[in-house]
Amino acid sequence: MSERFTKGMARNIYYGGGMFFMLLFIGLTVDTVVAIPERENRDMLTAEVEHGKELWEKNNCVGCHSLLGEGAYFAPELGNVFDRRGMGNEEAFHAYFSAWMKAQPIGVPGRRKMPQFNLTDEEHRALSEFLIWTSRIDTNEWPPNKEG
Amino acid sequence: MKYASQSVAKPYFAFAMILFVGQIVFGLILGTQYIIGDFMFPEIPFNVARMVHTNLLIVWLLFGFMGATYFLLPEETQCELHSPLLAKILFWVFAAAGTLTIIGYLAVPYATLAELTGNKYFPTMGREFLEQPTITKIGLALVFIGFLFNVIMTVLKGRKTVVSMVLTTGLIGLAAFWMFAFYNPASLVMDKYFWWWVVHLWVEGVWELILGAILAFILIRTTGVDREVVEKWLYLIIAMALISGILGTGHHFFFIGAPEYWLWIGSIFSAIEPLPFFMMMVFAFSMLKQRRRDHPNKAAVTWAVGCTIMAFLGAGVWGFLHTLAPVNYYTHGTQLTAAHGHLAFYGAYVMIVLAIISYAWPILHGRQANSLQSQRLEIASCWTMSISMLLITLLLTAAGVVQIWLQRIPDDAGALGFMATQDAITVIYWMRLAAGVSFGIGVFMYLASFVVAARTSEPTEPLLAEGAMS
Repeated sequence: MSERFTKGMARNIYYGGGMFFMLLFIGLTVDTVVAIPERENRDMLTAEVEHGKELWEKNNCVGCHSLLGEGAYFAPELGNVFDRRGMGNEEAFHAYFSAWMKAQPIGVPGRRKMPQFNLTDEEHRALSEFLIWTSRIDTNEWPPNKEG
Repeated sequence: MKYASQSVAKPYFAFAMILFVGQIVFGLILGTQYIIGDFMFPEIPFNVARMVHTNLLIVWLLFGFMGATYFLLPEETQCELHSPLLAKILFWVFAAAGTLTIIGYLAVPYATLAELTGNKYFPTMGREFLEQPTITKIGLALVFIGFLFNVIMTVLKGRKTVVSMVLTTGLIGLAAFWMFAFYNPASLVMDKYFWWWVVHLWVEGVWELILGAILAFILIRTTGVDREVVEKWLYLIIAMALISGILGTGHHFFFIGAPEYWLWIGSIFSAIEPLPFFMMMVFAFSMLKQRRRDHPNKAAVTWAVGCTIMAFLGAGVWGFLHTLAPVNYYTHGTQLTAAHGHLAFYGAYVMIVLAIISYAWPILHGRQANSLQSQRLEIASCWTMSISMLLITLLLTAAGVVQIWLQRIPDDAGALGFMATQDAITVIYWMRLAAGVSFGIGVFMYLASFVVAARTSEPTEPLLAEGAMS
């Protein structure tokens, strides 16, 4: 590197650049936090949906599945599972979801296994409410198709 | 070893390597489960094995960073550590917390662990990489704070070099961003948004400062190049890391409910993220070219230079591959993400920790470098691990491409379902498992090199000469 570019200049770029972009990031974060309620329909975030999220976490669902593309890639994406399996009908989805959960683990040898979590019907309902709510988040039109 | 307190790094390095072995064992279990879906079910379900695999990685890298800090700080500040006792106590606290957490994952169902640790009173569990019980998270925060106290007290009383200042800033950032692990709101979008403040701002932010500082330290020691030159490079590299990496966080905000402008900001800034890694590679090669001494520890130099190449490939090239929003729209959450994750973590962080262990371990045992036999084996292990990881990455990339082709690109009517797509990739997963086994052999060779070093401990040069050269 040329002699005219000194260590002091490099240091200033580091501290100045780091600070500037961190502040900009914080500013954009404030704007994002303000925009999120509308994009995620916070008015529809009921206590049941909240309970569903707790169950999602307590059973480490993200350890196999992805949710809005984040998580593990061992099992299907669930951010849009309501669109994929519920066909837009909430009651049909609740029934489907509960039956699916009760049927685990499916006894096909060699197939990837989902454990039996022994949840109650109310818990199944809360979890599926959480997944329905999640499917309505404005994700900039992701995923590309219903298979997730 | 110039300072007696440097020896507290030993247990940190040793424990890091034990956890590394555990990580690889669970990696092989996961690789098998991708092919034989019910392998080890229900004893070790996939989610448990994955938690163990990723958490072990994070924890052993943290042990490595801490060991590296305790080793290099006395030399940089030219004074003993503030409190070697605190360092020893924190080692046992961290090791116990880590071990108990892993045992918890394996011994009981995750929901039971959540109940046993009172997750409902302060729920933070069940999020990717942040699966640890809240009590473990608090313990980790306390370990970080105690560790930082020790580091800052040492830096304050001693010589303030750029390496030690950059390292300290990185470690402060590490502790600060960890605090976001405790934020878990009911809103999934808010949760995800600030989850990245831990995950991204660690690995594509402050960890790069730690990486840069350790790399600079090793290059100063092994090449004898003037500090001024190294420090100027270090500042520029980490400046670019922050300038690109902070707003680069936006590449995670594309599809999780954040506003549309992140599609632009994330794409543009993360497209610059390969630059600091490219500079790191140029830096390492240019220091080697200008070297004023031939350090007898060739293995450490191999790891350090290899680190810059593999980090550039893994974090830089494979990151760029899928970072632009229109591409990420199709690749998001596929095996391509896994491909990038593996090579980036291995290249940037695994290799830098192995590099500093390689440099420090002989010195901590009273010799400047290991015997030639031992070094030959260690360098062979570096090549074995690196080529295997490159193969794993290429195979996961192939798996990702097939997955995108079958499952993502077609429309609703034509797209293949997730499980059917996975079946179509089975052959590639077999090859990936084979590459994983070969990586395991590399790890075994690496460990064997320590045994060879202990048995053939004729120092290539007396350590006394080291003081005269640095």
